[in-house]
Amino acid sequence: MSEYNIIDHEYDVVVLGAGGSGLRAAVGLSEAGLKTACISKVFPTRSHTSAAQGGISAALGNMGEDDWRWHMYDTVKGSDWLGDQDCIEYLCKEAPRAVLELERYGVPFSRTKDGKIYQRSFGGMTKNYGNETVQRTCAAADRTGHAILHTMYGQALKHNTEFFIEYFALDLLMKNGECKGLLAWNLNDGTIHRFRSHITIIATGGYGKTYYSSTSAHTCTGDGNAMALRAGLPLQDMEFVQFHPTGIYGHGTLISEGVRGEGGYLVNSKGERFMERYAPKAKDLASRDVVSRSIAVEINEGRGVGNEKDHVHLHLDHLDPKVIESRLPGISESSRLFANVDVTKEPIPVVPTVHYNMGGIPTNYKAEVITLNGSEKVVPGLMAIGEAACVSVHGANRLGSNSLIDLVVFGRAAAKRAAELVKPGSPHENISDNETEKCIDRFHKLRNANGENKTADLRLAMQKTMQSKCAVFRTEKTLKEGVNEIRKPFDGMDSISVKDKSLIFNTDLVETLEFDNLIRQAIVTMDSAYERRESRGAHAREDYPKRDDNQFMKHTLSWCEGSKTKIDYKEVNRSTLSNDVQYFPPQERVY
Amino acid sequence: MVQINLPQNSKIEKGEYYKDRTGSKNIRKVNIYRWDPSTGKNPRIDTYEVDMNNCPSKVLDLLNKIKNEIDPSIAYRRSCAHGVCGSCAMNMDGKNGLACTKPHEEIKGDINIYPLPHLKVQKDLIGDLNTLYKQYHSVEPWLKNSKKNDNKENLQSIEDRSKLDGLYECIMCACCSTACPSYWWNGDKYLGPAVLLQAYRWIIDSRDEDRKERLQKVADELKLYRCHTILNCTNACPKGLNPAKAIAEIKKMLATT
Repeated sequence: MSEYNIIDHEYDVVVLGAGGSGLRAAVGLSEAGLKTACISKVFPTRSHTSAAQGGISAALGNMGEDDWRWHMYDTVKGSDWLGDQDCIEYLCKEAPRAVLELERYGVPFSRTKDGKIYQRSFGGMTKNYGNETVQRTCAAADRTGHAILHTMYGQALKHNTEFFIEYFALDLLMKNGECKGLLAWNLNDGTIHRFRSHITIIATGGYGKTYYSSTSAHTCTGDGNAMALRAGLPLQDMEFVQFHPTGIYGHGTLISEGVRGEGGYLVNSKGERFMERYAPKAKDLASRDVVSRSIAVEINEGRGVGNEKDHVHLHLDHLDPKVIESRLPGISESSRLFANVDVTKEPIPVVPTVHYNMGGIPTNYKAEVITLNGSEKVVPGLMAIGEAACVSVHGANRLGSNSLIDLVVFGRAAAKRAAELVKPGSPHENISDNETEKCIDRFHKLRNANGENKTADLRLAMQKTMQSKCAVFRTEKTLKEGVNEIRKPFDGMDSISVKDKSLIFNTDLVETLEFDNLIRQAIVTMDSAYERRESRGAHAREDYPKRDDNQFMKHTLSWCEGSKTKIDYKEVNRSTLSNDVQYFPPQERVY
Repeated sequence: MVQINLPQNSKIEKGEYYKDRTGSKNIRKVNIYRWDPSTGKNPRIDTYEVDMNNCPSKVLDLLNKIKNEIDPSIAYRRSCAHGVCGSCAMNMDGKNGLACTKPHEEIKGDINIYPLPHLKVQKDLIGDLNTLYKQYHSVEPWLKNSKKNDNKENLQSIEDRSKLDGLYECIMCACCSTACPSYWWNGDKYLGPAVLLQAYRWIIDSRDEDRKERLQKVADELKLYRCHTILNCTNACPKGLNPAKAIAEIKKMLATT
């Protein structure tokens, strides 16, 4: 440890991550007068929020009648009744205000003829509790995430947020079950930094890179989730991994659900619009898990397109080229670059691709982290927001355009709660150096690892296992094999090698630390999936094809020490937050 | 005396040569700029022979293949891999671009990969963009509007909104600014095409009430008028945007108001 010079910082609050939720929290904290640090391994506008395309949901009613209760019903149904309805109520009720706030921050939303925010149709978003399609998803062409992220970064600059950019977070500093800050490595100059804070907010996004083919960025490694696991905290509902129905075949690049929202549709090798069979009412705008499963069935039954019959076609060539140009310019560009397709003339080859993690760090609707220790308890000093968190508003399946709204609603909620809990400038407790040493030891060991296994090879083995054993459809057999196989790359870490020993922009070591983070999440994902013997939302078991509310209407909690996991369960919250809306009891889920 | 040679420690040396080990008949040579600040050594060019039979189409795929299979120590930024995050901007075959959208097929002969030009190199292909980021902050990239109505959006016509097209899409990859000779020469004072395009994005936003002040702020011999319409910026933009036009529009507004 003596080898590393540790630089100390003290802040009221530390936000880890500078995507949509992290930036929104940072802005709110600055407004509340709290001394805030925002730490990110990439420059804020490089965060993966920038890749969100289709839009952000809110019952504004700009395109016809709408009601936040309808939005709430759709979200509950989309979640396959695994979402907590108090949190979903909070999300949907707060959504309109949050979108109007974004507009006033300067987000360049597309507009209606009367100058209001343009809203488009999206999967699972309906009128009057499931009756007909509603236009609820607010869009800035098909670059909504990019537009929001850049605008939020501007707001953070306006508030003079203190950024620590290209700092890689290593571990949380815990004391008697409370979070006291974190340790991070400055890639720019190789120094190690200890941030002490009254509250640490994890906003590190998802862990899509556990899979071989995903729409996720290279940096989506769920670092915060893994830090929580290493701190002895559980992750929740990790078996629920969303496959987006339309990733570009062979490359994985996202093609927005907005394409179907604007009238695009899927066809199989017979030229048939097959979604009509699976979801007679919503058709191509059924929720994502339903559409992805339908595509998988079409392919499995031999009706896929292409030489290998292993994907389907997404048509938008029937749409007015002007609509494509004004509302879907980004996906036109992606299709040209990555599928060599002119979308005004040809269909896009697409296949279900890993896209989003419903699971993450369990929190309440105030963004406070929850653990189970005899009973449910708040973890003092720790919050989680965005894709890293499992509030849970998305339950077993997230609706498209509900993630961007999740970022800003709970980003703000976290800032609000932190402002209630922390008095600006209050003194920090002393923490022993043991925690720091433990963390530095792990870092030092990996940095000096001289084994035989390349990080890239172990990562590939993990990704291939997740892809084949924990896919759209799962069975006892594939999951059992997966549970065994996924531990091999973990064991491989005992003999990992890091060639670069330097400390400045050592991306070899960064990727090794990221792999260490990914593999723990892969293990809990596989084990959680194995234990859930029912089908719900994105978790489709061929051997247990029905939802089983008696046994499994509960959240999975998974702890991980080494490659050993512990699985427990937590009840789904069956009450709403207020009397403004009634609890929606479980129903059969048809679109 | 004016020094006309490069300082000794900046001269690029010949580096390692990594021969193909796969036995592939379809090999391309990739030359990559390497520099590690912790060694005290000069920068060097390492050469990698890469089996192209098992390599997807973009330069980023090629770099990933080298990093995964041949040399994990090579450092570059990357994230989204489809041209929206702006991380992997670099100089390929003498031209700035995003490695994730640039097909290596378009490059004839050996593939030469360097960091973006005229930045302080931090390591290998990673350049220091902090000056550009500070300049971005200086144009105050946030909406200035005094209306205080929490329950309503600002209205904006479709026509006014369309004025932001070609501007708001900028991903701040810095390909344009680091392709601009004026920015190379006066990068500390001239704002450069990326930041001026961003400045114009707020100047032209119909919702913003600060147009006059914003224009005055950039109306400066060095900040703005160092643009000599060389148009390297527009030529370099991997998103097909036209920073030169945005700069011309600012100049026009200043000349006519």
